[in-house]
Amino acid sequence: MSVPDHEEARVVPITAAPSYDQSDRPDPLAEALAFLRRRITGDYEVDEFGYDAELTDKVMLELIRPLYRHWFRVETVELKNVPADGGALVVANHSGTLPVDALMMQVALHDEAGRPLRLLGADLVYQLPVLGHLSRKTGHTLACPEDADRLLRKGELVGVFPEGFKGVGKPYSERYKLQRFGRGGFVASAIRAGVPIVPTAVVGAEEIYPKIGDLPTLARLLGLPYLPITPFFPLLGPLGLVPLPSKWMIEFGEPIRTDEYDASAADDPMVVFELTDHVREVIQQMLNELRLRRGHAFPPFL
Amino acid sequence: MTHTVLVTGVSRHIGARVASVLAADPDISRVIGVDTVPPPSLTRDGGISLGRTEFVRVDLRSPDIAQVIAAADIDTVVHMSLVSAPSRTTGRALMKEHNVIGAMQLLGACQRSATVRRVVVRSTTAVYGSSPRDPAVFTEDLEPHDGPVHGYAKDAAEVEGYVRGFARRRPDITVSLLRFANFMGPGVDSPLTRYFTQPVLPTVFGFDPRLQFVHEDDAVEVLRRMATEDHPGTFNVAGAGVLLLSQCARRAGRASMPLLAPAFRMLGDAARRAGLVDYSPEQVRLMSHGRVVDCSRLEAELGWKPKFTTGAAFDDFLRSRRLRPLGGARR
Repeated sequence: MSVPDHEEARVVPITAAPSYDQSDRPDPLAEALAFLRRRITGDYEVDEFGYDAELTDKVMLELIRPLYRHWFRVETVELKNVPADGGALVVANHSGTLPVDALMMQVALHDEAGRPLRLLGADLVYQLPVLGHLSRKTGHTLACPEDADRLLRKGELVGVFPEGFKGVGKPYSERYKLQRFGRGGFVASAIRAGVPIVPTAVVGAEEIYPKIGDLPTLARLLGLPYLPITPFFPLLGPLGLVPLPSKWMIEFGEPIRTDEYDASAADDPMVVFELTDHVREVIQQMLNELRLRRGHAFPPFL
Repeated sequence: MTHTVLVTGVSRHIGARVASVLAADPDISRVIGVDTVPPPSLTRDGGISLGRTEFVRVDLRSPDIAQVIAAADIDTVVHMSLVSAPSRTTGRALMKEHNVIGAMQLLGACQRSATVRRVVVRSTTAVYGSSPRDPAVFTEDLEPHDGPVHGYAKDAAEVEGYVRGFARRRPDITVSLLRFANFMGPGVDSPLTRYFTQPVLPTVFGFDPRLQFVHEDDAVEVLRRMATEDHPGTFNVAGAGVLLLSQCARRAGRASMPLLAPAFRMLGDAARRAGLVDYSPEQVRLMSHGRVVDCSRLEAELGWKPKFTTGAAFDDFLRSRRLRPLGGARR
């Protein structure tokens, strides 16, 4: 008599288990096929800026993630300072000769804060083939007041590097020294939208391509803002384009509120300059502290 | 109040549809349609029934239009006659004359008229140009970095200049200027719709422009409202959302052939000379940088939204031409 009882007790959980979980977690192969089908038939949405969220999440970020996790071992600090929803302006230092820091910030905010980052880029990017449309597809747009205002009004998390080319293309000897912050257009946009400014410090990007020289004539000929010489480029050719594996840290500072200002303050140059200077000082302070906290750029070796 | 409406460009698809919709409106007593060529015959060329529209053949470039306006006590003018591509036989010079001189003659006649109360002019979003240095989304007040310097878009920009001058001189007349995105739909025949029906779509390497369409039904509805109600100002008209060119090609099941920009231009010129497709420098720029406009002003003014999104308008066009993506219809 005891034998059938045992059998029954064993059978029940086995039949109950798999069929219910199926709907929650679809077969990865079926999911991949559905993704391919959507891509091939054009059945996906892009927003008015050309942001293709599906392509960004499923392809672009997947490709960059190994660099983020294993090459630069990026560590984020004070993520709680990034608003969980609503418009905000992330203002960061820019460095590294090539704007790799922009990509790392995007992965950091996507993976750890769950927010897509909408970066504002230089117009040069949008004149170049391939780069321009990849930039739009990953959610970025031209740095101009109209686009910034529009994104912030829509409640997006907008990222900006006010130093621009002056920051990303500065020589290695000036590492971690903030350059001039443009004309403060980003501050005016934040005031108009009444959104907080999140000062952000990126440590580690300065060491990926140490720029020790420049080829200004050739750069001008190619229409580029600079053509760097690093210890390995152009010496090692394409191999010189491999970034050095420095240790990275990204810190998000306490948000600076702008909703106390009247919207008309955006047209008051004194207010804008003062706030711009304040943001710049805060970021410089954060950079100095974070750099000490990180220690050596290449921990196992140096 | 009785209305007499003059519609120009009724021998073209959208113009004919607007005239027939207005002719069906019981509040409008007379609809007079003018064009330089007679409308296509109903049975043979698939023309649109113009209803009780009275057709007058007038060369818009001549002052005859003033006589039509004076003789019929016209109170509303809907100017639809904007040629978007040069005809193979007559060329660009005639097209420019038709577009610019035609608009000047018409506006001149309206300025003289004591009966005209409302003028609606069709323009295009092409007046914003396409440039990597302009904002991603154009609003009506935005001054583009690189305005149009060629063809159709330049004509439209010049016409807009005359319309603004006219509105200044006759502030008592309600002037509505409508900037339409590219028309899309079963009945539309434009350089762009012809482009999408080619077996292989040449594209500019490294660029994937954002495109926006307005469905012909929505365009007709906007023009009907503008012709029967007072909505002064300049308005963008486009379906919600955008499609990338690559997305359009995939939805149409067409292969795209990326060409370097100079090669694309050369092929375009060759095709134009051979009379195959009408490419213009403006289109090359549109195919590189795309263009998107903001329609919130129109939606607020009319309290109405276009029924077709950009995607839905394109899908409707594809259905009518029996174009399908690879592997059958989309869900």
